[in-house]
Amino acid sequence: MKAAVSKAEIEADIASRFGDAFKVHEKAIVETLSTGVDEIDVLTGGLPRGSISEIFGPASSGRTSFMYSMLAYATTHEETCALVDTNDVFAPSAATATGMDFKRLLWIRCAGNLEHAFKAADLLLHAGGFGLVILDLGDVPGKEARRIISSWWYRFRRTVEDRPTVLTVISEEACTRSCAAVTLELNGTAEWSRGNLLRHNAIRVNRQRPMSPWRNEGHFMSAAF
Amino acid sequence: MFACIHSSTGVSLTEFAYGFSPVVEEVGKGTVVIDVEGCELLFGSSYQLANEVVQRAETAVNVALAANPDAAIHAATHLKGITFVSPGEELTCLGNFPLDHLNYSLVNVEQKVAAEILETLRLWGIRTFADFATLPVKGVSERLGQEGIKLQQLAAGKTERHLQVKQPAPVFANSIELDHALTELEPLSFIFARLLHQLCAALNAYALATNELSVSMQLENRTVHERKLSLPHPMRDHKVFLKLLLLDTEMHPPAAGVKSISIACEPVKPRVLQNGLFVPLAPAPDKLELTLARLAKLVGEQNVGSPELLDTHRPDAFSMKRFSLVNKPDVCKRRKSDQQQLPPANGPCLGFRHYRPPLKAIVEANQGWPTQISAWGKQRSVYGKVVALAGPWRTTGEWWRDDRWARDEWDVTLERQGHQTLYRIYRELNRENWFVEGIYD
Repeated sequence: MKAAVSKAEIEADIASRFGDAFKVHEKAIVETLSTGVDEIDVLTGGLPRGSISEIFGPASSGRTSFMYSMLAYATTHEETCALVDTNDVFAPSAATATGMDFKRLLWIRCAGNLEHAFKAADLLLHAGGFGLVILDLGDVPGKEARRIISSWWYRFRRTVEDRPTVLTVISEEACTRSCAAVTLELNGTAEWSRGNLLRHNAIRVNRQRPMSPWRNEGHFMSAAF
Repeated sequence: MFACIHSSTGVSLTEFAYGFSPVVEEVGKGTVVIDVEGCELLFGSSYQLANEVVQRAETAVNVALAANPDAAIHAATHLKGITFVSPGEELTCLGNFPLDHLNYSLVNVEQKVAAEILETLRLWGIRTFADFATLPVKGVSERLGQEGIKLQQLAAGKTERHLQVKQPAPVFANSIELDHALTELEPLSFIFARLLHQLCAALNAYALATNELSVSMQLENRTVHERKLSLPHPMRDHKVFLKLLLLDTEMHPPAAGVKSISIACEPVKPRVLQNGLFVPLAPAPDKLELTLARLAKLVGEQNVGSPELLDTHRPDAFSMKRFSLVNKPDVCKRRKSDQQQLPPANGPCLGFRHYRPPLKAIVEANQGWPTQISAWGKQRSVYGKVVALAGPWRTTGEWWRDDRWARDEWDVTLERQGHQTLYRIYRELNRENWFVEGIYD
């Protein structure tokens, strides 16, 4: 009893000096943004707003197709979107087939400069109001991506925390460490039609990190689409 | 009490009238009405004021003083010299005027209607203001309507109205000349802040905003550095303007020290927008403008914006358009987009990552199709054995231009360390060079 009183006293003393800095905040209900792909929405429940989502996989694994779907869904549902294109590889002529509304898309071409890409993403997150911000590191080699200092990711996580923004990082290898709320691994394989014409990738998705830690479900799930 | 000053020469008297009273209505060329209420301390009695007006005027003018502006206008227009119309005795002065002198535009009666009424009055044998004013009001109302009543009150000199005061045109421009030329941005920022603060205060006073700022700097080398900031939405926040102007000056610095600065803006109505309850939030316009300016400074103006496809079959043909917020959702377009967005039965659309510039490649094609590819660039390398391919697809276009294209495209699967990767390669027909255009992803 005495110990409990002492604890209360200490907490009151701390609260008078530091406010509610040590208070445990209840996590609000997570709002999500659909990815535009039903199979992945079923798997993840959508991408959580106010969090970082990471999509990684090797080249030709379907990351860009998935990115197009996300952008197409968000831009056609009145969300303002931004794409930080680290290596200037976004192809508008290919993306237009998804019905993407380019008027709602802010495209920032960083010409291979990783530092510029991160600074641009930081500016966009601080501006607020964007529904979806995609940081495309898909052409950054895994070694370089792993060398990105953690403080960037912590900074991004802290910035988007109280905003209705989905920050999606697309990379070759997982690099956001513990900062991502959802991590999806893509594994695509080529499929060719009868006429010997490349049609599409069959993509397999592994979900690695649960969106809500209190959910009683496995950490690794997969879906194909 | 109102005084009307009339000059038969048609000279503009507005500036002259401001010397006597701040409340001035310009009736027409050479005719102004001023409110002389409260001018006694400066000019004495009304008669003394009228004398002062006649003495100061450079041309011959008629001056009439009356209890209402319309009676003063009629008297000054048609009576020479100084006329004083006592309150309640307007008909004594104006009664003998023929009806043709009635200025119906003062009571907002259309010319056609007024002409009809005056013709009717002429047929009735009504010739003067006094004849018309003495007609019974009820009868005039029944026969000539409300316009008839208005004209009768005008003829009787009994109209009541406020002067339509002519405001001097506001000027939304500020300038400053410096004793010493400034070469650094920091001291310039203080000058910018001062000028913009004054400019925004003027806009605020008139409930206006601006979407274009023009900055002109006179430089030491006797040249003029001019910049124009165009905003997608009208604003009047001097802090935002200052940041935008500083970012722009950093990106486009003047070539020499600045000797004088002038800032002007184009006033427009402020933006009024009602957002929908269920419409997702969008970035605040002022914050977005600042962010775009900062991004442009970071990666270059040509690398920030919205993509826009060009009307051509040329591969990777697009232009960058200035990004601005979409205000009103286009419902029809959205429905159309939703339909387009639906993925095909066999999966979502295939993504493509375009290499800019394309990688020059060495391709083994002994049998007529690619079998081995190797390409190295600064940021990426592509090599491996071709395990599956499709093509070629020949595309040509714009043969009449120097930058025409003619090429055979192939989709190839390369295998490297057990992983298969899909690329699009092409061969230029005129130079026989191979390139890797991008990767399917």
